[in-house]
Amino acid sequence: MPATTAAGAAHLEYVLRLGDSALILGQRLSEWCGHGPVIEEDIALTNAALDLLGQARLLLTHAGALEGRGRDEDSLAFLRQENEYRNLTICELPNADFGRTILRNFLFAAFQLPLWEALASSSDSQLAAIAGKSAKETRYQLGHAADWTVRLGDGTDESHARMQRALDDLWPYTAEFFAPNAVDTAVEAAGIGPAWSALAPAWEREVLPVLEAATLAVPARTPFLSRGKEGRHSEHLGHLLAEMQYLQRAYPGAKW
Amino acid sequence: MDRKEWPLWEVFIRAKGGLDHKHCGSVHAPDAKMALQNARDVYTRRQEGVSIWVVRADQIHASDPDAKPELFDPAEDKIYRHPTFYRLPDEVNHM
Repeated sequence: MPATTAAGAAHLEYVLRLGDSALILGQRLSEWCGHGPVIEEDIALTNAALDLLGQARLLLTHAGALEGRGRDEDSLAFLRQENEYRNLTICELPNADFGRTILRNFLFAAFQLPLWEALASSSDSQLAAIAGKSAKETRYQLGHAADWTVRLGDGTDESHARMQRALDDLWPYTAEFFAPNAVDTAVEAAGIGPAWSALAPAWEREVLPVLEAATLAVPARTPFLSRGKEGRHSEHLGHLLAEMQYLQRAYPGAKW
Repeated sequence: MDRKEWPLWEVFIRAKGGLDHKHCGSVHAPDAKMALQNARDVYTRRQEGVSIWVVRADQIHASDPDAKPELFDPAEDKIYRHPTFYRLPDEVNHM
């Protein structure tokens, strides 16, 4: 379906959301390379970053094909402006400490997993194939992040306090996962993928028991709603892109 | 957490079904669950394995390196312990 029709444009938006969320969180996690609290976790976070980057490559390549304007994964990753990115805002927030990084990984992986599972039966066979491969990666990352969330939440007074602060700060950004949106309606109608609002129960089934085991208090919902998936980002994305895009901006077309 | 509190675990990887687990290195971790997780992330990044064992390094008892002469040297001149002195029938090709 060409991206010039309304349904085609929604399809493209939907795939960009998936690809950009993976790309931007992958870039964030790669900042941990060489800075992990222990060598084993340093490598684990880098593995997580590479899983996300791999997903982003497949999804952005697919988005480029759907768009039909000859853009490949690299031009989509490195040569768009800030407001053209469709990632969830939570993915672009700074890492801060290890606990907050892990907690974000947990909240996001718990959202990705039911999404991949639903996409396995997508009418878009390419997307279904990407989802099938990615689900395995996400299942591991979810387990790793959930494990650490419990250890740190139910750990020392200091680790508990840090995790609770991180949860209080990150929780409002999870509302964006499920905020209804016209793109979702069109994509769901075409059998391409679930409306993200429909994933809330599955996400809560995954997240709430772990937070309880971590002795963390779940914050109340507020009216705050971030809008990264519509291209309206926080002040943090521009800085991230400035670093990520530097090479392609300074040396256009550079290859290695 | 003081990382010095994390004990050392020895990691053994089975490369594929039917082969032995082979020692490949070690990781630090507070317990077995995380030791397995860390071993997965550190030692199976390039499809090295299909199964992992971890064991606390302080649970392994090693022979004394200084006792090497009395432990291992006596076997040196007992070449007859290798089953290489039997005359085999021609039909047995693969001993």
